[in-house]
Amino acid sequence: MKKEMTCIVCPIGCQMTVEDNGDGTFDVTGNTCKRGSKYAFNEMTNPTRVIPTTVIIHNAMLPRLPVKTAEPIPKGQIFKAMAVINKVSVNAPIKTGDVVVKNLLGLGIDVVSTRTMEEY
Amino acid sequence: MIYDVVILGGGPAGLAAAVEAKKEGAENVLILERDRELGGILNQCIHNGFGLHTFNEELTGPEYAERYIKQVIELKIPYLLDTMILDMTDKGDLKSIHVINEKDGYQIIESKAVILTMGCRERTSGAIGIPGYRPSGVFTAGTAQRFINMEGFMPGKEVVILGSGDIGLIMARRMTLEGAHVKAVCELMPYSNGLVRNIVQCLDDYDIPLKLSHTITFIHGKDRLEGVTLAKVDDKLKAIPGTEEYISCDTLLLSVGLIPENEITRNAGVEIDKRTNGSIVGELRQTSMPGVFACGNVVHVHDLVDFVSEEAVLAGKGAAKYIKGELDTNLTFTTINGDGIGYVVPQQVSMNNVEDNVTFYMRVRQVFKDKVVNAYIGDTLIATKKEKKLLPAEMVNFKIKKDILSKYSAGEIRFVVEEAKK
Repeated sequence: MKKEMTCIVCPIGCQMTVEDNGDGTFDVTGNTCKRGSKYAFNEMTNPTRVIPTTVIIHNAMLPRLPVKTAEPIPKGQIFKAMAVINKVSVNAPIKTGDVVVKNLLGLGIDVVSTRTMEEY
Repeated sequence: MIYDVVILGGGPAGLAAAVEAKKEGAENVLILERDRELGGILNQCIHNGFGLHTFNEELTGPEYAERYIKQVIELKIPYLLDTMILDMTDKGDLKSIHVINEKDGYQIIESKAVILTMGCRERTSGAIGIPGYRPSGVFTAGTAQRFINMEGFMPGKEVVILGSGDIGLIMARRMTLEGAHVKAVCELMPYSNGLVRNIVQCLDDYDIPLKLSHTITFIHGKDRLEGVTLAKVDDKLKAIPGTEEYISCDTLLLSVGLIPENEITRNAGVEIDKRTNGSIVGELRQTSMPGVFACGNVVHVHDLVDFVSEEAVLAGKGAAKYIKGELDTNLTFTTINGDGIGYVVPQQVSMNNVEDNVTFYMRVRQVFKDKVVNAYIGDTLIATKKEKKLLPAEMVNFKIKKDILSKYSAGEIRFVVEEAKK
């Protein structure tokens, strides 16, 4: 089975063709770096995405703190993850990389802050 | 006090230019910023995908900004926040920058060199003239992005997006994640104006339809937006009668282009390129006014911040060279956009200032497949850039070695899209 896909690892956006060999291996063509074949393998087996979003922050200059999942999470879990993240609120000061949600949905992946916000 | 280099804007271009100018020997550098914090637009671009070229890792906008803000602080570069720049005037060896803020009131700051890094702003509904009513609920994509990501307000629930620029695509995903229903993204052109990766991860992932060759022909609703009428357009971009379709929505986001913010530049008398709407610049981003440099989206709209940083390094170097009296002003080459190319930056090259190579940034006018970009001096082909696909949305980054350019004493470098040689 052949599948066409666009690599989203970097902004080049290589057009790749993925051939499923049916034995758990895939032949990838069209990619221009190693990250492309890894992305294609993940897309065929367990597509994942990093989720960038925000949480409520108190005592800071702004009412929202940007956060992201420290690692990509399975695509099917995105809206469940949003429901959890949207219930979170934190207090300033916060540093980039501080954990905001530990072990999101039991996936073993944390949600971390993506900026520093001082107390205001 | 007379500054060596004053930087007009503390966004990605300004931060990187300030850091480079300081590293290259400019002692007194000052950054002026009208917002309440440094970082510019990156602060609201909370999505990932920044820094793959610069840091070889994938960062979000705020993380990318913080890397540079950290360097600004480490290098002890002062900055003024909440400070509006009113005007810049040329007094020959010095430039006067007229600024105003709450703390110091109105003041004139004098500097030997200035780097223009004001960035760009979004084209608005007024600028594109959509027929219909003027209800609330119509936002530029960037305004909605700031509301959601920084201020914590959700602009609406049922969304249509006009224009497929990157901010529009990113906002389609962002609003979907926050529970809105994004009904369609419509694009006037037969191709998207955003990066392919954003179409995949922002629209395809969430089954949001992208309607190419479509526009909005009417805005409905007198107080709050109630809906929009879409229509297909022909190859002259005119709406085709009979193809209209009504979509109910309470929110319309516009992602219909960015305009370099050059009021200060124009008032100062710096020469502007009509193709880019930014100043005409040289290899170290020197403008037509000696001592004034420009980089980033105020020169031409970039699609990746990494290239803004790259350009800012050039401007920082240029400004440092200028104050040390090391900047050569003899022009070697001018650049020309030939068939298929919309613009080329830099527009001028002084070879004596070039270290190893010159990177020419350009945009193609339409989608090309299996073509190359060729660079000519006179009738001589001097370099070729191969690309699988050339898209107007993706800036071409054409590096030519100094050794090659040095073979020619002067002239015009012409860039054209041509068939690949077999």
